[in-house]
Formats: sequence, structure tokens, C-alpha cells
Amino acid sequence: MTRRHSDPYFAGIGIGVALLGAYVLAGRGLGASGAFSRVAAGVMGPSTATAPYLGTSLWRDWLVLEIVGVMLGGFLSAWLAGRLRVDIERGPSISNTQRLIFAVAGGVLMGIGAKFARGCTSGQGLAGGALLSAGAWIFIMTCFASGYLLAPVARRLWR
Amino acid sequence: MIGPLGETASLIAAPCIGLVFGWFLERGGLGSAPKLAGQFYFTDLTVFKVFFSALVTAMLGAFWLDHLGVMDLGLVNLPETFIGPQAVGGALFGTGFLVAGLCPGTSCVAAATGKLDGLAVVGGMLGGVVLFNLAFPWVERFYASTALGAVKFTDLIGVSTGVGVALVTAVALGGFALAGRFEKARE
Repeated sequence: MTRRHSDPYFAGIGIGVALLGAYVLAGRGLGASGAFSRVAAGVMGPSTATAPYLGTSLWRDWLVLEIVGVMLGGFLSAWLAGRLRVDIERGPSISNTQRLIFAVAGGVLMGIGAKFARGCTSGQGLAGGALLSAGAWIFIMTCFASGYLLAPVARRLWR
Repeated sequence: MIGPLGETASLIAAPCIGLVFGWFLERGGLGSAPKLAGQFYFTDLTVFKVFFSALVTAMLGAFWLDHLGVMDLGLVNLPETFIGPQAVGGALFGTGFLVAGLCPGTSCVAAATGKLDGLAVVGGMLGGVVLFNLAFPWVERFYASTALGAVKFTDLIGVSTGVGVALVTAVALGGFALAGRFEKARE
């Protein structure tokens, strides 16, 4: 039997407390795309684009350790709620193969976008937004605006 | 970036904080792409509610802890602003979010809970970052353009941090009220 999801506001407050914990304990915010950047830099080797990571170990990187925690937390929560299942989740009008292709394509776009923006929904939007960073709010606005503007075009993916 | 407790303590805190983050993302249902995509079709407003309640919680907590002298907000790394790259990056990211149905953090939760589409998004993200790094010499000028440094939007419009905090809280509460009404109207 699978349990129902928590109230969104309850989940949001929990994430907010985690983010506050990061500010207080580590002097920085949460993140996600930065861990991908770090891993990519580890694979490609140091270059101009990956300069901040020169000479640091992957396992001494705050965001990499944090994202390992995210995966473990998600896994534990789903396990205890009976929601662990190998599956491909998609809209009703596309095939599994199409879904996987679009998932990769969307991931590529987000990877490039997050590099230009210096962060994603977590590290830039949430962590920067809560500190009132000007750039974070520019990111939040253009991110959601483009999603809503293009939603009618992408309708077949999800409806 | 070291933090007030020193580097080792900060690195031990990292997976613990991540665990809480991942736990609540999954609890809220944000490890599921169709649910997140519902945000863009106004059929499921969970993303909006979770995102802004988390943002307001952390913002109010940080503001008041700083105000009461418990923590020094000046020690927390404020992300730097680059107007052009962040506007364009946000638009690319939003497009990718719509197509993928997951963002980087939620794709990790999806992948960790057995969703193969989540794993595909994780792979795509890595590919995107690699592509960016390969193209860096061509985009470097734009990437570094319109730099304003570590500024708050309140600095740009000339109001105090407290006013900004109140403004964001008011807009979020208004949004929550609207979301509630909208959901009632749909039922």
C-alpha cells in the first residue's frame, strides 16, 4: 500500500528549514546543478570553464555530498511510503521511448541554462531567492515565464 | 566556502542537510514528473506551493536569526548577479524544466526512487554541462557580461532588506490564497 503525499506547505516548510540549516551550519545554500557541474569537471578535467574546481577532490565538495544526501533522503522517504518502483513516468499521449528522449533533451537544456544562470531551481532560485539576490529573482521570473509561455506548445508531452 | 563551524563540520552537515531536503521533496510528491509538469497546465500547483513556502520559511528564518543576533547573514554566501546570463539561463532552464518535467534536484529524487525518466534527466543534465564547458570559449564573453556583483533586488530598487522580506512574504501569501481559490473553483 502506498501512502499519500504530505501537504505541500508542510513539505515546503521542511525544505525551508533544511535550507536555513545550510545557511547557519555551512554559510551557503542548498543546490543541485552545482553537483552536476562538479562531476562533469571531474570527468573532463580542469579547464577555463571548470576553473573553480581546480585541485579539489570530488568527495570534499559540499554540493556533491549534499546531493548524495538528497538521493538517500528521497530513497528512504519513498521506501517507507511504499513508493519505490522501477517505472517510466510520462504523459498519456507519448511512448516510453519518446519520454526518455525528451527527458534527456530537457536535461541538456537545464544543464546549459543552469551554467549560464549559475544555479538551478534549488541553488539559484530557492537558496538565492530567499537571500533576496537580484539575479535569483531574474532567474525565477524568466524560468517560470518560459515554462508557462511554451506549455501550450509542449502540451502533447503531458496531456 | 567554509562556514562558521569549519570545513569538516560543514562537509559532515552536507549529506545530513541533503537528506532532509530529499526526504521532503519526495514526501511532497516532487519526485514525479507528471505531477511537476501539472504546474505548467494549472492542474497541480504543488511546485508553486512547495517552492514558495520553502523560500519564505528560509527567508524569514535567516532574516530574524540575523536580526536577533543568532547568526550573521553577512557570512552567508550571496549569489552574484549577472543580468543577461541569468535571464537567458532562466529561460533555457524553464524550457528544459517543461520538457523534462523535473528539475535537477527533483530528477535526483526521481532517479533514486526507481524512475528511469529521472535517470535520463540526470544524464541529460550532465551532457548539458559538458556541452557548455566545451562551448565555453565561444560563450565566455556573454557568460561574464552584465555583472552587478553580490546584490539584492532591494539594493537595486532602493528599499531596506526588511521591506523586501515583507514584500516577498505578502506576494507569496497572496499567491497561496489564489492557488487555494483556483483549486476550489476547479473541483
